[in-house]
Amino acid sequence: MQLPPALCARLAAGPGAAEPLPVERDPAAGAAPFRFVARPVRFPREHQFFEDGDVQRHLYLQDVIMQVADVPEKPRVPAFACQVAGCCQVFDALDDYEHHYHTLHGNVCSFCKRAFPSGHLLDAHILEWHDSLFQILSERQDMCLVEGCTEKFKTSRDRKDHMVRMHLYPADFRFDKPKKSRSPASAEAPGDSGERSEGEAMEICSEPVAASPAPAGERRIYRHRIPSTICFGQGAARGFKSNKKKTKQC
Amino acid sequence: MWSRRQGRLRPTVCGVEELRRRRREREAALRKARREQQLVSKRLLRNDAPEEAGEGCVAAILGETEVQQFLRQAQRGTEEKEREGALVSLRRGLQHPETQQTFIRLEGSMRTLVGLLTSNQALLQLEAARCLHELSHSEQSTVAEACLPATSYLLTYLSSHSSDFIELCLYTLGNLIVESEAVRRQLLPQGIVPALAACIQSPHVAVLEALGYALSQLLQAEEAPEKIIPSILASTLPQHMLQMLQPGPKLNPGVAVEFAWCLHYIICSQVSNPLLIGHGALSTLGLLLLDLAGAVQKTEDAGLELLACPVLRCLSNLLTEAAVETVGGQMQLRDERVVAALFILLQFFFQKQPSLLPEGLWLLNNLTANSPSFCTSLLSLDLIEPLLQLLPVSNVVLTVLCNVAEKGPAYCQRLWPGPLLPALLHTLAFSDTEVVGQSLELLHLLFLYQPEAVQVFLQQSGLQALERHQEEAQLQDRVYALQQTALQG
Repeated sequence: MQLPPALCARLAAGPGAAEPLPVERDPAAGAAPFRFVARPVRFPREHQFFEDGDVQRHLYLQDVIMQVADVPEKPRVPAFACQVAGCCQVFDALDDYEHHYHTLHGNVCSFCKRAFPSGHLLDAHILEWHDSLFQILSERQDMCLVEGCTEKFKTSRDRKDHMVRMHLYPADFRFDKPKKSRSPASAEAPGDSGERSEGEAMEICSEPVAASPAPAGERRIYRHRIPSTICFGQGAARGFKSNKKKTKQC
Repeated sequence: MWSRRQGRLRPTVCGVEELRRRRREREAALRKARREQQLVSKRLLRNDAPEEAGEGCVAAILGETEVQQFLRQAQRGTEEKEREGALVSLRRGLQHPETQQTFIRLEGSMRTLVGLLTSNQALLQLEAARCLHELSHSEQSTVAEACLPATSYLLTYLSSHSSDFIELCLYTLGNLIVESEAVRRQLLPQGIVPALAACIQSPHVAVLEALGYALSQLLQAEEAPEKIIPSILASTLPQHMLQMLQPGPKLNPGVAVEFAWCLHYIICSQVSNPLLIGHGALSTLGLLLLDLAGAVQKTEDAGLELLACPVLRCLSNLLTEAAVETVGGQMQLRDERVVAALFILLQFFFQKQPSLLPEGLWLLNNLTANSPSFCTSLLSLDLIEPLLQLLPVSNVVLTVLCNVAEKGPAYCQRLWPGPLLPALLHTLAFSDTEVVGQSLELLHLLFLYQPEAVQVFLQQSGLQALERHQEEAQLQDRVYALQQTALQG
């Protein structure tokens, strides 16, 4: 198939179009028995017209068309250790290290040191576990963990129900662990500094809370009843040892 | 794009003839599948060289005890290398359908695998994901559906930061998606569309290619026009898809191929094409067409037709939308370089992929049907003769010529004199009613707007050519009318 030599040059030159020739139709053009009408044609999804191209596409997907080159081996380097404090993993391939770093040290909660698969889950965790102000101010604090869903719930149980019913998530979804018990006596060791300080704060208003041994998820509701005399600021008003004085100081 | 994948066929082991034979077989199977509307293909991502397994390309089939053993070792082994090794052995075994069946029938096996997938040991996670990927590639629905418990985690990990891991999750999801409607009915509420919309912002080319693949599988689903495409169009995905198709230094062919096919599935479903036109789809695709024509000239033809095909389809179908005309009352696409590019591609198809010629001509019809501008370009760029060379390929050549001729005398004057009349006399000798019918239409327009042509027609035994078809029911009336015109002229 021969193309005019100037065509390639035209392609390389700038955009533009020649002035269109004047259109002048004679009614006899479309008169019977002639029936030509200029019209764009559309083909729907399953039309047979697409068969050849579709087959080529699928051959490609099945990797038959291309002569695929051999896969290069993972480049090995002299063994090195992960530089993050407290981590002693050793690696001899950069890809492995990259994956390790992103999985274990990527989205890490600075309060309790837990690692999460994504920023989204980390944000949800911080709001639910460590953000005291958020917990006081908002009735609903458990957000749906599915990206793109903006629903929020009062309890983690409600949230779980929603995720199972609406999003068909497994009931034992690993990244939806319920909050641990809040009692100061059961403060756990590793990376629990955040929780411990909250436990201390709660000692001040321990009366109303200790009165009813409610499970962890519901205990949060009681926080709305923390007396306004209690201040959660650093160091301020922690000296309030006695509950008898109700004078407002914060 | 082309070098990372290792297919099941290894060129060093199988000869060229063998490859051709297998290709013909696969092609036949695919055609059959398409006619039954069951066209399903999965992508396999295997990264290790089979040499590691010893002689031969294939690892051994694993029995139930071995599978259990490997799983136990992976889950409870003391040394990390040992645990990883167990999973690697399991994964190799899972290349076999028999091992896959054994695995899914074993109680608790998927649960254990999912536990490893979500563990804190990064390398175990990767290997577990690879095992899942092998399973997802199975052609047996029971095996793929056994992977359902893992989907919520695969989606969660799309927002993680390890690009290799994300890529693996995407290919696995893509394979599962195409398996059955049951899988998709789970993935949609689980939030696959928002997850993909977040993931498409990744800077990693391999991730984007994998995402495009997964999305193309989702869009190919039978229920896509009603249940999937609307939510995709409502998300930010279309804008990102178009970005991946913009020509320039950042254009990656492998990524572009996937997203071009995604766009094709969306557009030919005709859910809301004006929305795409509003996002600039026409101009992006037009520029991409120019880019392709440029690439073809440099003979970088490594699979260019794989990208050209969906681009042509998208443009052709979009041009049928009324919205095309409304922006400023003119077609958004006016650059005559588009016509030049199309012909360069047609020549490329002629040499390398003739099966795509009808699709290219379809675009030419849609470009010229309602556009005096493009019809003029066809004339001013001297493309009538090259077009006539494609007459044996498709009747659409005649349709395009009619598109030009019906615009009036100014156009027909430029079609005359020239190779057109001899070509028409030639097609009149065919017995195909469609071809002859179109030729008669064209002759009618030519005689109407360029009466001088009649004389030459008569001199070149045109009447005899017409007589051949006087008895043909579908052609009679038109033959008679033309005979009258010729005799009176």
